[in-house]
Amino acid sequence: MTWATPECLLIAALIIPLAAALLIPLFHRWPNLRETVTLIAAVLLCLTVIALLGPVLSGVRPQWSGVEVLPGVAFAFKLEPLGMLFALIASSLWIVNSIYSIGYMRANKEPRQTTYYVCFAIALASTMGVAFAENLFTLFLFYEMLTISTYPLVTHRRDSEAMASGRLYLILLLGTSMVLFLPAIAATYVLAGTIDFAPGGILGGKASGATMVVLLVLYLFGIGKAAVMPFHFWLPAAMVAPTPVSALLHAVAVVKAGVFCVVKVMVMIFGVDALAAAGQSGWLTVVAGTTVIVASVVALKQDNLKRRLAYSTVSQLSYVVLGAAILAPISVVGAAMHIAAHAWCKITLFFAAGSIYTAAHLTEVSQLNGIGRRMPWTMAAFAIGALGMIGVPPTAGFLGKWFMLTGAMQTANWLAVAIMVVSTVLNAGYFLPIVFRAFFRAPPEPTHDAHGGHEVHGEAPWPIVLALTATAIGAVALFFLPQIPLALAQMMIGR
Amino acid sequence: MTAVMPHLPALQIVVPLLGAILAGFLRRGPTAFAVALAVSWLMPFIAGALLWQVLGGGSISYRLGGWQPPYGIEYRVDVFNAFVLMLVSVIGAVTMPYARRSVAFEIDEGRQAWFYCMYLLCLTGLLGITITGDAFNAFVFLEVSALATYVLIAAGRDRRALLASYQYLIMGTIGATFYVIGVGLLWVVTGSLNFVDVSARLAEAATVQPRPVITALAFLTVGVSLKLALFPLHSWLPNAYAYAPSFATTFLAATATKVAVYLLIRLYFSVFGPTLNFQKLPVSELIIGLSIAAMFAASFIAIFQTNLKRMLAYSSVAQIGYITLGIGIANKAGLTGSIVHLANHAVMKAALFLALGAVFYRIGSVKLHDLSGIGPKMPLTMAAFVVAGFGIIGTPGTVGFISKWYLAVGALNEVGWPLVLVIMASSLLAVIYIGRVVEVAWFRDPSPTCIGASDPPLSMLIPLLVLTAATIWFGIDTQWTAGIAGKAAGMLVGGLK
Repeated sequence: MTWATPECLLIAALIIPLAAALLIPLFHRWPNLRETVTLIAAVLLCLTVIALLGPVLSGVRPQWSGVEVLPGVAFAFKLEPLGMLFALIASSLWIVNSIYSIGYMRANKEPRQTTYYVCFAIALASTMGVAFAENLFTLFLFYEMLTISTYPLVTHRRDSEAMASGRLYLILLLGTSMVLFLPAIAATYVLAGTIDFAPGGILGGKASGATMVVLLVLYLFGIGKAAVMPFHFWLPAAMVAPTPVSALLHAVAVVKAGVFCVVKVMVMIFGVDALAAAGQSGWLTVVAGTTVIVASVVALKQDNLKRRLAYSTVSQLSYVVLGAAILAPISVVGAAMHIAAHAWCKITLFFAAGSIYTAAHLTEVSQLNGIGRRMPWTMAAFAIGALGMIGVPPTAGFLGKWFMLTGAMQTANWLAVAIMVVSTVLNAGYFLPIVFRAFFRAPPEPTHDAHGGHEVHGEAPWPIVLALTATAIGAVALFFLPQIPLALAQMMIGR
Repeated sequence: MTAVMPHLPALQIVVPLLGAILAGFLRRGPTAFAVALAVSWLMPFIAGALLWQVLGGGSISYRLGGWQPPYGIEYRVDVFNAFVLMLVSVIGAVTMPYARRSVAFEIDEGRQAWFYCMYLLCLTGLLGITITGDAFNAFVFLEVSALATYVLIAAGRDRRALLASYQYLIMGTIGATFYVIGVGLLWVVTGSLNFVDVSARLAEAATVQPRPVITALAFLTVGVSLKLALFPLHSWLPNAYAYAPSFATTFLAATATKVAVYLLIRLYFSVFGPTLNFQKLPVSELIIGLSIAAMFAASFIAIFQTNLKRMLAYSSVAQIGYITLGIGIANKAGLTGSIVHLANHAVMKAALFLALGAVFYRIGSVKLHDLSGIGPKMPLTMAAFVVAGFGIIGTPGTVGFISKWYLAVGALNEVGWPLVLVIMASSLLAVIYIGRVVEVAWFRDPSPTCIGASDPPLSMLIPLLVLTAATIWFGIDTQWTAGIAGKAAGMLVGGLK
């Protein structure tokens, strides 16, 4: 096993999804073989990432450096704890998402499935690149690659609505990254002389308070994937995509890459201590808190299930930003935990929404009366996901919120405490009615109109049910077994 | 070998010049093509040897006809023009195999030999402007390349090209006239035409007669800016590029404006720079202002073009804005951005025009709506278009990003925040005009015109793919592009007052 050095595994984790992307088109004519490639790659990737976990937990930081692209900036990777956590989430969810995709894409007879699986694999390779990047250049490269590789997925339907949403998706994500994120990187380079991530940050003592504010604003809004208002429009618009793509955007890769970048920049570019010393917590709390509350209120009013989930994501992402913005070490740990928790809970919710669409062709919340009786597995999983998002124990969502609250109390950031309390109430307000409808309202009388709107249906195909049950179990398991993410999150801040 | 080495600077010019005459005499298209191919493939070796020598140390001075400078004509090679020589030669060598089928398809049989003859003359002119150390000799080569270019543009069957060529002839002549007036004024005040000599005498002349020196600077700026299509002196370019034969467009877009930019940088930094303080003249502000206008206005116009060659032509005007912006910033990072973008833009814009040429070869049109759904029909061609398009946008991992990075760092050091945001905002317009084509080509149902289309023959496909690969390669491994550009910029900025 001498070949399996952490460095080799690191490179393997980048190459496996890329190799899958090259192999998948070769099996275009044989869908079963094609999906086997995806599944094998997903399992291999997950195993590779898990094999890296041991070394990382024992303090090894595998790294690999390529050519020097810009003076002092190489194309380079280095695995640190937060990246490890993100890679773990993304690679494990790729497996369930692939199983779900097979069920969903076949049941709905979606066209262009080869393109779909290829883009999916490239998106995963980009995600690994984002997670492993040693410096802002490498991070930015894979960040843009992720945007571009998910564009064909968002526009999967190719009709005018999908294309319009795709345009918005591309313009907002590329636009924010090029106009705000990249200048911030260049400015960091000019100020600090480097853009390598370092524990404790690289800007401490190099930038004045005002410069820091400008830079933070550029980073916070420039990382459009974190969907901080007002740059969140792309996320609800991208809902036209097939449900597994929504799961990719909301749980596996895209928005997770966004908040991952925000947390990483705050911790390893600015440094939590430097930011706290410069007194930046206040306005950051306001910016993140506004998004948390406003997005929740908007979510309350959405009748379309996927749109409601989308606004819920916008709100939950800013939770992560808020956790980092409190600038207490424990709340940053909470932010990292919440990335994991949100991933498992939100993917469950999206899987459930897709399951309902596949089995019953229903998309609106108001149509879901009594659906829990026909689709007990789906709606039970949905309930678990919803409880997780509200933060009720014993689900994963509780832990992150708990750490963030503790941090907010420690730093006497009462505004943050209030935001979290109010938003929890709002979360309950937009999730619990769905669960209530599904289980306790009587199903509508069967109608016999031309469309046969409410024909008798049962659960969705088994791969879909299998996937969403697995993620629901994961969402609960994360509560009882939080050691790994917790250990990684604590290593990130160096305690 | 040792007998040839000292004469490489002369051979760089003499070989294509003789080749042009030979191609003209041969009269038959295929044989003329063979001559053009042989010459084009020889050029990078000569340019490479020169680059190798100057990277080893110092500059090369070659006395043409053995006459001592400043009385005779001197060819002077340093890191900067060796880099440009290499660029022009390599573009010629890589794209030349593409010409055979493309030219046979687009140009009448009787004119094909003349086309190759003119291509070689144009190459001679461009290499000549780059290599010479003499202001008047540069004017001669400017005219050689320009006259050949007028013919190249008008050589196809599209009759609109005649008007475009005529328009360029008028504008080009005005530009050349302005240039020669500027050179004349310099000669009056310094008594010399040799760049190095003029530069050395200018300090004294400027104290005695400052006004003619400033006037010369103004005439030279306008004259060369016309040639390099600096906004708003770009009006000749879109039509010329849109209606010229595909190969001519590709070659000119990749090299002609670049060489004019070279001349401007040479005049500013090597001739006037050591004497005049650019910060005190409005040159810097003027160039930055016009560059920003080019980046926005031309990109914006590009969004609305339905003829894709025209769209790319406007994109070129915008990209030239990036190049001149770095001249205006005038520090090492900014100028590195400019010089490296000469090469980077040449590579990716050539790839884009070659892709469109391949489309034209297959379906006989480059109108946007005719390209509907052509992506899956010509997968390699249109994939190359997408990758090169990413380069224009400036996505990281492509050459476009490298240029933008240096410009941004240069701007941060010199001018400040707002300019950086402006640079980045303008590339957002590129997302729109490139994205529009990608969307139509890849995400729409096939139009009737492209039902039977397929990727072009290998002789056309390989040059396209090589340039596309270079778009990625030099976006990651930058030692041969940004590395050399950085050396050149350091040398040029080091000489400034």
